[in-house]
Amino acid sequence: MLILNCPYCGVDAEETELSPGGEAHLKRYGPGSSDADFEDYLFQRENPKGVHFERWRHANGCGKWFHAARCTMTLEVFGTYEAQSLEPPKSIQKAISKKRPGWSWREFS
Amino acid sequence: MKRYSAFAVAREALRFHSGWERAWRSPAPKKKYDVIIIGAGGHGLATAYYLGRNFGIRNVAVIEKGWLGGGNTGRNTTIIRSNYLQDPSAAIYEKARGLYENLSQDLNYNIMFSPRGVMMLAQTQHEVRGYQRTAHANALQGVTTEFIGPQKVKELCPIMNIDGPRYPVLGALWQPRGGTARHDAVAWGYARACSDMGMDIIQKCEVTGVRQSGGKVVGVDTTKGAIDCDKLGVVVAGHSGVLADMAGFRLPIESVALQALVSEPIKPCMDVVVMANTVHGYMSQSDKGEMVIGGGADGYNNYTQRGSFHHVEETVRALVETFPIISRLKMLRWWGGIVDMTGDRSPILSKTPLENCFINCGWGTGGFKAIPGSGWGMAELMAKGHSPLTEGFSLDRFKEGRFIDESVAAGVAH
Repeated sequence: MLILNCPYCGVDAEETELSPGGEAHLKRYGPGSSDADFEDYLFQRENPKGVHFERWRHANGCGKWFHAARCTMTLEVFGTYEAQSLEPPKSIQKAISKKRPGWSWREFS
Repeated sequence: MKRYSAFAVAREALRFHSGWERAWRSPAPKKKYDVIIIGAGGHGLATAYYLGRNFGIRNVAVIEKGWLGGGNTGRNTTIIRSNYLQDPSAAIYEKARGLYENLSQDLNYNIMFSPRGVMMLAQTQHEVRGYQRTAHANALQGVTTEFIGPQKVKELCPIMNIDGPRYPVLGALWQPRGGTARHDAVAWGYARACSDMGMDIIQKCEVTGVRQSGGKVVGVDTTKGAIDCDKLGVVVAGHSGVLADMAGFRLPIESVALQALVSEPIKPCMDVVVMANTVHGYMSQSDKGEMVIGGGADGYNNYTQRGSFHHVEETVRALVETFPIISRLKMLRWWGGIVDMTGDRSPILSKTPLENCFINCGWGTGGFKAIPGSGWGMAELMAKGHSPLTEGFSLDRFKEGRFIDESVAAGVAH
């Protein structure tokens, strides 16, 4: 069972307490953007076999959205962090590099 | 290939079964093929089969990283139906269902197709209206379905409790020619027929790279060496994203775990397939007597072929309310498969940004029932460059907003 630590209320929440919210750090496109940009934002997904960054909501808890760094191959959790982040904190990136040397994920790795 | 028949069984019975051949060859890969199909699951093998049968393209290799039929083909709940709302879906699924009817004769391999009938329960007023609409759409599409009342449901499936306290059964969408088939046999039957046409099925051979030159695919790198090809078909379900990454394009797909489980075998008690989309569970009884149960997919990306326990709990809880008879059953086996979900929950059968590379993926939770139709359409697409069956399912529908929105139309369970 997946257990994620909510960075807001500090609770170790298990899966039934959480709602998955899909890929994190999507670049949002607005009016005037090209069709390709909209397609990218709305549909194209990273879907990696390995290191992944996701949005989760502590639905049956404090109700806040947060981000999680997770491995989709082993279900290992590298850490969770606040949703108001443009990229994962350096400490989490370092923790991932230690366990998955040479990992990559779009613009940050 | 020696044909299977009653005569063959009698002949082998008289000589200690010494004359059976291997069902398919296991050759070493050649240097080059006209067509390489990556993925020897149902869809990949069916694609190869119809390339050979309908278009005479027989210099084909089907490459598989594990063993054939060992992915989602061997992990589903074997339900076959075609009662979809949208025209392109109804067309390809009905084509598949029609081909399933004669597939055993066609392949000379008993796939145990059992058109026992599939019912999708309506347990809310909203669902009643939705399924009535689907029944009308199906009538226009030439798919035989009917909306039936609760008494007919009870008649067809006496073990069901139609007066459930929370979700009473208000009716059902009934497709009498839907049913089940033996999933492994579908893969084995196609593999045997492909091998018989001279195609090479190369198992335990993982693709590690897609070699390209000038916007075209020239071959693939595998754990058994480099193999060249004129055309490449990628039919790898849950791992489509990984292959697309190798080929250098992106897909609107996320891979998640979908689970199923079977109970201990019991005496025959249910001769139809029942799907309950509101409470989210579906069930049928196998020929061995096991109750085959499926439920919802997980909501997060996962490649482990293991799903969340709470989904199983939810599914079983819902089914026990509808089928009180199963409340004391022990569950024997439980497994997960990695399904490739698209944004509109409809598949992708399409050309790709690479000129001679084609992709067949995104079947999500409903791939098994489509195997023959998907292979038929994909083969036509690869041989001729277009196919009426696959037209609506192209990759650019996401850019152009031409969704085939079965996620809203067909409810949840496939």
